[in-house]
Amino acid sequence: MTDPVLSVRNISKSFGALKASDEVSIGLLPGEIHALIGPNGAGKSTLISQIAGGLRPDSGTVEFLGQDVTTLGTAARARMGLARSFQVSSVVPDFTVLQNVVLAVQGATGHWMGFLRPVMKATGLTEAAINFIDQVGLTGRYTIHAADLAHGERRKLEIAMALALSPKAFLLDEPMAGLGVEGTGEMTKLLDQLRHKAPILLVEHDMDAVFKLADRISVLVYGRVIATGSVDEIRTNSEVQRAYLGEEAVL
Amino acid sequence: MLRERILNFVFAFGLLAVPLIAYVSDAPFVITLATKVAILALAGVGLNIALGLGGLISLGHAAFFGIGGYAMGILASHAQSYTLLTTWPFEIAGTKSMLIIWVVALASSGLAALIIGALSLRTSGAYFIMITLAFGQMLFFFAISWPAYGGEDGLPIYLRNGFPGLNTLDPIQFFTITYVILGLALFLSSRLSKSRFGLALQATRQNPERVEAVGMRPFNIRLTAFLISGMITGLAGALFADLNRFVSPSMFSWQTSGEIMVFVILGGVGRLYGPVAGAALFILLEHWLGGINDYWQFLLGLILLGVVLFARGGLIGTLVGREVAHD
Repeated sequence: MTDPVLSVRNISKSFGALKASDEVSIGLLPGEIHALIGPNGAGKSTLISQIAGGLRPDSGTVEFLGQDVTTLGTAARARMGLARSFQVSSVVPDFTVLQNVVLAVQGATGHWMGFLRPVMKATGLTEAAINFIDQVGLTGRYTIHAADLAHGERRKLEIAMALALSPKAFLLDEPMAGLGVEGTGEMTKLLDQLRHKAPILLVEHDMDAVFKLADRISVLVYGRVIATGSVDEIRTNSEVQRAYLGEEAVL
Repeated sequence: MLRERILNFVFAFGLLAVPLIAYVSDAPFVITLATKVAILALAGVGLNIALGLGGLISLGHAAFFGIGGYAMGILASHAQSYTLLTTWPFEIAGTKSMLIIWVVALASSGLAALIIGALSLRTSGAYFIMITLAFGQMLFFFAISWPAYGGEDGLPIYLRNGFPGLNTLDPIQFFTITYVILGLALFLSSRLSKSRFGLALQATRQNPERVEAVGMRPFNIRLTAFLISGMITGLAGALFADLNRFVSPSMFSWQTSGEIMVFVILGGVGRLYGPVAGAALFILLEHWLGGINDYWQFLLGLILLGVVLFARGGLIGTLVGREVAHD
């Protein structure tokens, strides 16, 4: 059996009386897309924050690449290759597409202590960045300001920035959110290619996309994982149907 | 971008031409005014790195300005009274050498920036403004109540400090020193803004969460910016003290912090030559309006209000147009 790239063990996190994460365990295996679904308020974002490093769990551990990273900060985890996208697109608005990705390329190396040489003339950095931009299909958009991009393009830019981290795992928080039918189709295709680079933990509300992409699905309800399994197992799981979709819904 | 470059050149050239003309027409007072502009612009160039590039609204840069001033005052006062600065653990004498004074000013304001930054950068927004202000005020009251170096009365230095090969008492020669230092600081600032560090700093201003998610710690980047910023303003403090041949606690006052910020805002926040334009405008207004009316600062307030409301890019932003180029 292969070891998981990322493994969350018995994580709990409370905010006052609210248990946002309740003994959550999730593993991400090499090569897979593991979807995390659940109704609003189930604690998906809290869980993602704990995995990415923005929140420290009250108890439990996060292991990444066989190393306990529970006490490491977000930046250190990113440098190890934990690449994330945000629920609301998060890029540097006044920077061009190219500058955004160069920022990520330089961040991946942890080397920002250069004070005199112009970074955008460092061909090593810009060539790598252009390569990542091309991979997500933003070819030719290098000098557009991120603020002027269409919503779908900004999503792709985030993926390009994630690619720049030499990712060992992707953590994607609702990459389809706000995309139209066409945009969702393109993003689905893109994610299907990404899985060959690194496994993806995918939080997503778009069920069509989830069923198309996911190798495994975990269902989070009220901070607890109530089921983990293949697409078919989850579709037919009566507890999931009750908790997540209401009595009548049929997946 | 091209228009801004031309404008920068005009300011650089203008700041050189005015004192040269004054030199030829024997108007030393004008040379002194230009020297003041160069020094205050230098202080603004320092603040602009934290404020313009980093978005760090420091209302405590008087701390560094004052530390630079007192570094000069303390060293020079011991030199002029032929007393030792300290006898333990080893003997340190004062000095009248500008070069040594600058190094001490840079080092001491840098150390202060590290300490103040490390504590205040854990906060943000209004808290950051308040903490930086509080540090400035702490040093202000410390300077007032420290009798060894003049306390409230300040500390006069009778002769301007020396620079190898120059007569620093000659206004045009002292101006040249300050002008060259300002030029070097502007060059450094320009290179910084385009460097790896500059990219990280400007990204941190706009989206620190994103910077962290790509592997860099915003705190470290901001602290580095605060350090560089404080050192440049500290050097300006040493030069300002040398210009006046006088150091006083008012260098530490929050009004000083406010004035340095006014230079940056008047000229254009984040613009390379913003502090130069702002300091020049400020000194001109002080001179002209001050001649017309004792309440010139009221008029300055109106102008500042106008800039903030109608000309966000400051003087340079208004003349160049909205776009800040990214190349």
